Amino acid sequence: MNYLVGAFKPPCNIFISFADGRSRKQVPLKKENGKTVMVALFQSQESIVGEVVIEPVHRKKVEHNGVKIELLGQIELYFDRGNFYDFTSLVRELDIPGELYERKTYPFEFSTVEMPYESYNGVNVRLRYILKVTISRNYVGNIVEYQEFVVRNYTPPPSINNIIKMEVGIEDCLHIEFEYSKSKYHLKDVIIGKIYFLLVRIKLKNMDLEIRRRESTGSGPNTYVETETLAKFELMDGAPVRGESIPIRLFLSPYELTPTYQNINNKFSVKYYLNLVLVDEEDRRYFKQQEITMYRLLETS
Amino acid sequence: MLLIGAEDEEKWLAEGIAGVQHNAFYLHRALDSNNLRDALKYSAQMLSELRTSKLSPQKYYELYMRAFDELRILEMFFKDESKHGVSVVDLYELVQHAGNILPRLYLLCTVGSVYIKSKEAPAKELLQDLVEMCHGVQHPIRGLFLRSYLAQISRDKLIDIGSDYEGDADTVMDAVEFILENFTEMNKLWVRMQLEGPGRVREKREKERSALQELVGKNLHVLSQIEGVDLEIYKETVLPRVLEQVVNCKDDLSQYYLMDCIIQVFPDEYHLQTLEMLLAACPQVQPTVDIKTVLSRLMDRLSKYAASSADVLTEFLQVEAFTKLSNAIEKVIEVQVDMPAVGAITLYVSLLTFTLRVHPDRLDYVDQVLGACVKKLSSIPKLEDSRATKQVVALLSAPLEKYNDTVTALKISNYPRVMDHLDNGTNKVMAMVIIESIMKNNTCISTADKVEVLFELIKGLIKDLDSATDELDEEDFKDEQNSVAKLIHMLYNNEPEEMLKIICIVWKHTMAGGPKRLPFTVPSLVFSALRLVRQLQGQEGDIVGEEVPATPKKIFQLLSQMIEALSAVPSPELALRLYLQCAEAANGCDLEYVAYEFFTQVFVLYEEEIANSKAQVTAIHLIIGALQRMNVFSVENRDTLTHKTTGYSARLLKKPDQCRAVYACSHLFWVDGQDGIRDGERVLLCLKRALRIANAAQQMASIARDSSGPVTLFVEILNKYLYYFEKGNKQITAAAIQHLIELINTEMQGDSATSDAFLASTLRYIQFQKQRGGVMGAKFESIKL
Repeated sequence: MNYLVGAFKPPCNIFISFADGRSRKQVPLKKENGKTVMVALFQSQESIVGEVVIEPVHRKKVEHNGVKIELLGQIELYFDRGNFYDFTSLVRELDIPGELYERKTYPFEFSTVEMPYESYNGVNVRLRYILKVTISRNYVGNIVEYQEFVVRNYTPPPSINNIIKMEVGIEDCLHIEFEYSKSKYHLKDVIIGKIYFLLVRIKLKNMDLEIRRRESTGSGPNTYVETETLAKFELMDGAPVRGESIPIRLFLSPYELTPTYQNINNKFSVKYYLNLVLVDEEDRRYFKQQEITMYRLLETS
Repeated sequence: MLLIGAEDEEKWLAEGIAGVQHNAFYLHRALDSNNLRDALKYSAQMLSELRTSKLSPQKYYELYMRAFDELRILEMFFKDESKHGVSVVDLYELVQHAGNILPRLYLLCTVGSVYIKSKEAPAKELLQDLVEMCHGVQHPIRGLFLRSYLAQISRDKLIDIGSDYEGDADTVMDAVEFILENFTEMNKLWVRMQLEGPGRVREKREKERSALQELVGKNLHVLSQIEGVDLEIYKETVLPRVLEQVVNCKDDLSQYYLMDCIIQVFPDEYHLQTLEMLLAACPQVQPTVDIKTVLSRLMDRLSKYAASSADVLTEFLQVEAFTKLSNAIEKVIEVQVDMPAVGAITLYVSLLTFTLRVHPDRLDYVDQVLGACVKKLSSIPKLEDSRATKQVVALLSAPLEKYNDTVTALKISNYPRVMDHLDNGTNKVMAMVIIESIMKNNTCISTADKVEVLFELIKGLIKDLDSATDELDEEDFKDEQNSVAKLIHMLYNNEPEEMLKIICIVWKHTMAGGPKRLPFTVPSLVFSALRLVRQLQGQEGDIVGEEVPATPKKIFQLLSQMIEALSAVPSPELALRLYLQCAEAANGCDLEYVAYEFFTQVFVLYEEEIANSKAQVTAIHLIIGALQRMNVFSVENRDTLTHKTTGYSARLLKKPDQCRAVYACSHLFWVDGQDGIRDGERVLLCLKRALRIANAAQQMASIARDSSGPVTLFVEILNKYLYYFEKGNKQITAAAIQHLIELINTEMQGDSATSDAFLASTLRYIQFQKQRGGVMGAKFESIKL
């Protein structure tokens, strides 16, 4: 289809820009081709205001059946490629059918848009927001232009944030008690904790703390679960003795984490786990996984 | 945990070093271009080389040092914010992003030290954080090196903090807390090394551990360098905490090293003030710990400290250092049941040395130490261990050396009791040491009591101890007995009465020594007694009545007993000489019958005991010499004796001997002095008789074709003639001399080949007298040569 695009250049160029484009925060977004571009960042309840500029190429007349701009929130499941589920779809008519001779600017505004879900780019699922400008034409195809943007929603710090404390072990072999200071972490948080060795009868080699992300998509028998280890952080080197306590301090900022997503539009969920892994000298692994809740805290710059 | 070949280890080390160098190269590039991200990346990669488990501590140290040098450069970079543009606070977080713990912590420590220096956060919190985070490394070697790095890199900062106080003492405490914490953890890791690996490499492991001990000890060293650590902090915090660790770790290597380290690193006055605490830990260590060396070193240091100034000494008294040390030692010995005797005794030696240095005036302390030692020794069988014996000798020698005055040592009641526990050989050695000490210091032992004690001490030399069947070295025996003989001369009191007592005691002891020893000791004793006799003789005027215990008579009785004892040896020649000495002394005291008795003994000995002709010759000459000087005898007695003597002279075996003895006898009839005997007739008689014998001898010689011996006899006789001629003996005439000279000349002709030097000088003497003129010249004039 590329050659067609090359051969039949669209008769006009469309530019979509945001009213506060200069001041608005830009965040990186990974495109399908692997390239990262900077796009505008919004949050729910914000008004999305901007303008669309249409500029016919070489002052050619463009006939159309109307110009509209849509704001779409889509969930794309990769195993179901090509199918988008639009959970949000707003339309603004920009122009009535007619002809375009010269550059024309259309302002647009979606005020206080409800965007409950965050943009997400996972293994099996993608959630994205786009502005789509369509110039409808007869006989020939519509001229369409997209502008992606990113939505992030901020949560206030949780009022209840319990400590995670647990004693686990293998009878007469290994008893440990671990403690993470919180169960809910914001994305730039630090995991502070401790591991007490109550009984050590096996020769440990080292101990790691892993951050794992579990993404489940689909529902019922078609549920796909994908687990990724996002961080592998060595906590301990060597064999501890009884009574030893090993500190944990893991900064989350270096890792690309998202908030925990619970059943987004019945399509997918993303959950985070802390996995404590102990490895003995025979490379046997002993581990204990604990779910943690991630949330996005409004960053005060 | 396989036994690793050294070759493989070399290879691994080389690989590690290559890895460090490789990453260091990129690190330098990153630093040059102020690229913080790359700097962190490559430094972390470089530090990952330290994660190896394959190297022994020594090799690991090599690798560590390589990385350490690079980290210093990195630290400089971190310090300069203008280069990387990241605040130290952010940097502190940034380095913690590293996934591997070891590189992460090395970097954290590096930034941490910069952070402390910047004072942007309380040092206390940072230090606590660092020391806490290091818990993550539980591998003994890696952990030790990491913590050692922490100690190293924070050291100058800590000393800074400790020194400038900054208004409150808390900062000092923070630094102290930090070091103590780090020290405790390091020690734990160090101790844990011992538990790793199978038993068969235990020895190797201990060696490896020793190589690492300084890493642990360095913490204590740093503590001692912090100025803010005053006595108060040391007493309240530092020492209790360190000792707690020492006691609790239950590891002998660690306990020994750390105790020693404490003693060496901290100032003496601290030790003195915390003595109780320090000593209390000693009995609590493992039985295998060589605590005696530790204590010895402590006492050594303290005694040196005591010597440093007089003011310090009062401190010692205040804290009752001796009592505390003494109790501690007692306790250690009590607790460590398996400690060999040598250990216990070594401890006592150290304590004694300490006492002597610090409290030289406290003899009771010395006694106490020795008493404790006796107690210990009596609880074990006789010492067999040569090292233990050596220590006992050291123990006993110490007071002697210190006091330069053996008398002091004699006052110590436990001294002989310690000696009792020595074996015979050592006992002798010790006795020799005592004697040498006395001789060296020229100590005079002046009372009978002391002499008694002294002889009790050296009884190993005086008599055979129990079953002394062992083969004695003749040389050693002689040396020993000569020493005893020397010692006898050192026993002296100006008071005759006391002196007599001394002599009696010595005699009592020497008598017990048996015939082997008498020849050595009796002469000394005899002369010692004779000295007393002469002394009494000098004061003769003062002696009144028979009540005085020390009279020459009594002494002579004693003397004759002593000499008589020699005959049992038998040692007639020696006895003879001594009798003669006594006779002379009796002569001085005007005790004729005593002197006569002695001479009688001499003759009896001569007749009955002296059979050897050579000995006879010597004896005769001695008798003649002694008798000649006697002036106490009545004419009758003297005649008897001289007659006997001349008789013996003439009956000697060899003619030349006969001849010489006879002409020597001539002197018995011619004594110079005021009331001297001048019996010229008998002198001449003797000389003539000598000539006759010489003649006979010459004839015998010519028959046997002997050498020119007899001529010498003639010349000798000529000399006698000349002597009496000069003395004015009327019976000796110039003509007789002339005649004798001619006789000699005739004899010489037969044997002209040899010119006799003796004769020549005799003739030259006559010539000289002739030419001298005066009375003597006139007298000689008539002699023609």
